[in-house]
Amino acid sequence: MSEYPNLKFKQVNNSVTKIDAMQLALGKDSYVADFAPPDALVVKMKWSPYPHARIVEMDVTEAEKMPGVHGILWHGNVPRIVHCTAGQGAPEPSPYDTFMFDTKVRYVGDRVAAVCAETEEQAMAAINAIKVKYEKIEPVFTVDEAMAEGAPIIHDEPEAYVPIPIPYEPKKNLVAQVGCEVGDFAQGMKDADFTFDDVYETPYAQHCPIEPYVSLAEMSPAGRIVITTSTQVPFHCRRIVAQTLGIPVQQIRVIKPRIGGGFGSKQEILLEDVVAMFAMRTGRPVLWQFTREENFRTGRTRHPIRVKIQAGVKKDGTITALGMDCWNNTGAYGGHGLTVVSCCGSKVLPLYRCENIHFLGKVLYTNLPVGGAYRGFGATQAFFGMETTMDKMAEAIGMDPLDFRRKNHIVSGEGSPIFAALGEGKEGVPMTVGSCALGDCIDQGAEAIGWENRTDWREKTGRYRRGMGAACLMQGSSVPHIDMGGASIKINEDGSFNLLCGATDLGTGSDTVLAQIAAEELETSTDKMIVYSSDTDMTPFDVGAYASSTTYLSGEAVRKAAADAKGQILTTGAEMLGLKVEDVHCSDAEVLNKDGTKKVTYGEIACYALYQKNQYQIIGTGSHFTQKSPPPFAAHFSEIEVDTWTGQIRVLNYISTIDCGTAINPALCEGQTEGGTLNGISYALTEQYLFRNGRMTNASFADYHIYSMRDKPPIKAILVPSYEETGPFGAKSVSEICINGPAPVFNNALYNATGARLYEFPFTPEKVLEAIKAVKK
Amino acid sequence: MKKSPQTVTFTLNGERKTFITEPDEKLLALLRREGYKGTKFGCGQGTCGSCTVLLDDRAVYSCLLYAKQAEGRNVRTIESVGTYENPSEFQEELVKNGAVQCGYCIPGMIMSATSLMETEETFEDEIVKEYMDGNLCRCTGYEKIWGALRTVLDKEAAKKAKEAK
Repeated sequence: MSEYPNLKFKQVNNSVTKIDAMQLALGKDSYVADFAPPDALVVKMKWSPYPHARIVEMDVTEAEKMPGVHGILWHGNVPRIVHCTAGQGAPEPSPYDTFMFDTKVRYVGDRVAAVCAETEEQAMAAINAIKVKYEKIEPVFTVDEAMAEGAPIIHDEPEAYVPIPIPYEPKKNLVAQVGCEVGDFAQGMKDADFTFDDVYETPYAQHCPIEPYVSLAEMSPAGRIVITTSTQVPFHCRRIVAQTLGIPVQQIRVIKPRIGGGFGSKQEILLEDVVAMFAMRTGRPVLWQFTREENFRTGRTRHPIRVKIQAGVKKDGTITALGMDCWNNTGAYGGHGLTVVSCCGSKVLPLYRCENIHFLGKVLYTNLPVGGAYRGFGATQAFFGMETTMDKMAEAIGMDPLDFRRKNHIVSGEGSPIFAALGEGKEGVPMTVGSCALGDCIDQGAEAIGWENRTDWREKTGRYRRGMGAACLMQGSSVPHIDMGGASIKINEDGSFNLLCGATDLGTGSDTVLAQIAAEELETSTDKMIVYSSDTDMTPFDVGAYASSTTYLSGEAVRKAAADAKGQILTTGAEMLGLKVEDVHCSDAEVLNKDGTKKVTYGEIACYALYQKNQYQIIGTGSHFTQKSPPPFAAHFSEIEVDTWTGQIRVLNYISTIDCGTAINPALCEGQTEGGTLNGISYALTEQYLFRNGRMTNASFADYHIYSMRDKPPIKAILVPSYEETGPFGAKSVSEICINGPAPVFNNALYNATGARLYEFPFTPEKVLEAIKAVKK
Repeated sequence: MKKSPQTVTFTLNGERKTFITEPDEKLLALLRREGYKGTKFGCGQGTCGSCTVLLDDRAVYSCLLYAKQAEGRNVRTIESVGTYENPSEFQEELVKNGAVQCGYCIPGMIMSATSLMETEETFEDEIVKEYMDGNLCRCTGYEKIWGALRTVLDKEAAKKAKEAK
């Protein structure tokens, strides 16, 4: 168990007020749509009504002449440039399989033609006047159908390719394949006293940010395109829009204002190319906001994945073999397909010690909605089967499920061959776990839920039966050797600072967290920081908000920038005091000599440097890429009550413990944990996509239920400290891990209540009831 | 289908105002067009609550109402609730509690809570949930919003009880 060092922090590890909170609570103009000028044109898209079809004829002439219409984009009048909409680094570990508009549609909700008009009504009228003749093609809806001999080919365009050396066989609907073998898996299965071989299915889901996708483009007076957009990846957005439109990066400025939630969905370039093209062609500001229905159908989703878990365990609790085979349904386009399936292995298999590991991930195209990045990113899908299997193994050898995990989980100083074997699009990076407080997480969670009162399901009778379940989790913090973040920081006359960073706050509070890190390093207070983030013309680069990277990666870039500025402040302060730089130090926004008898304030230093002598701008810069991706760890617990007559599950209590390293802002860390947990609860119990011939039939919050304040069970977040030496002031990550817990926790609690287990979710009453009926005591 | 512009007159945040509108224009669209942008579009289907305003003191979804339905009535938006200098107690508690993450749902939450506080005498959990059920948040898990609201409601209840004596 790692000891937390005795450090006296003044700014970090404090629940400083989130710096934009009052602005947002007052309802001030903050989000993309709030900045649309009154004369902005609006966009409507004609979407494919078919899951798989070729467009054989298309006529837009009548629509173009309709009142209020300023332009129509379709495959006949835009450049045909193959690209990838996933907002990843370059070159992307995803296939280039997308065109701005194509002659083929590949899912219900694929683009056909866009209209921009004065009003939505006019745009819709024109959409309806566009004549399209489709030739339907047999659709492919499951990974089995996609892999079948002679299956319809979804991407038959000759241009499709993947820009990195990985397997890509679109003629077989194969988007990617990745695998690794450690030790001797077959022998490990033979050496086991008990073996397991089960298939788990995880469903589609949408992120459901309350602000739907929205983008605004305007031409600047200088003739450049300014895109204000709800994105997690402003710099990737600029690069991909430039690529898609065939124009230089230099022509484009991307601004990210406040964002109304993303959770991964906005790590995708879905609207920006269209508004930019319309702005170029019309010279007018152009706004496009998705409806909620479009957000469900065309917006990105969580990849549904079939996960087959094979495992072997000895009576003494040694895990002799772990096998994971994943079939990832990426839908009609392949963005994030490979990286998500890689993370099924890389963010899950290292959690427990095992010498014989097998992993294989396959990614298949289908004619269904498109998977993308979603909080948890593969780990969510794989932990459902993994943590259910952990309980099954514990049951088989007669060990308490927590003791079984305590015996096997990775600890500080240990590595896993998986870290080196599985990366994101390339091999991984060898890594030894630094901080790990998972043992404390298990202990504290068990105490909070009252684990000692847990009884065997065979002792339970009556209609309503209660059960307790637990699961252990990990994730990562940034993508090592790939992700990069940059920041700069300059001083003003009053001792305030402008912190400019590429990092993207999408509601998480990262602007606040980064300001705290800068203030801690600079020995001043957080309220002296003026944060401006994510503007491609103004701030340094950052890959964006994904892979749980902002605090760990961008935070370290900010800390380096602040250290750079601090060095300059010390030098100038020493000059002003007539002392050597090694004889002064910073404290509470002043530079002082050793006994504090001589001092100058940061404001005085700034004025001296700006106006008085040896003038220069005190400005620090920093950028950072990571050597490792330290996992945060978590142990989740829940007590549920199952109605054995109806199959209804009621969540009585949920405990989310987390080791995120130093919690830079504990209140915000709790908020991330509580929010991610409730999203996971809702995913496990109610959220699902229903389809009829490839068309989602429940594309509204009325029919796709996400939890409200009334539905919410009590959730308790417990932050368990550890100190990660490689992170800024000991921090790791917090945002994603917590969504992975609820599905396996409820499955284990359901078993503990009734003896029933499920192999797919959501755990609807129908499924639960059927599983209970199948139980034999 | 030919449309003829019409006007609608209602009291908006205490001021009687007349706006040009179309018969099919929604109240949300009119408000945002007129610069009251604290009221948000989230679903357009009356399911998420980010467009909540008060119509004669009742919380309603402005994305479902036609602007003409506000004729002669009293409409209040988030802009009427607080300022930087003088935020409402609930706004202050939300900010203090770390309950504002992306913040997109917050104006709607505040309007529903305003209706709750003005209408009810007591604030049992079930009543509070009834009022707040129509406002979805995807960021926070509601824990900190609930905590902020409970603090304010407990104070409010104490105040009302004192007044009643």
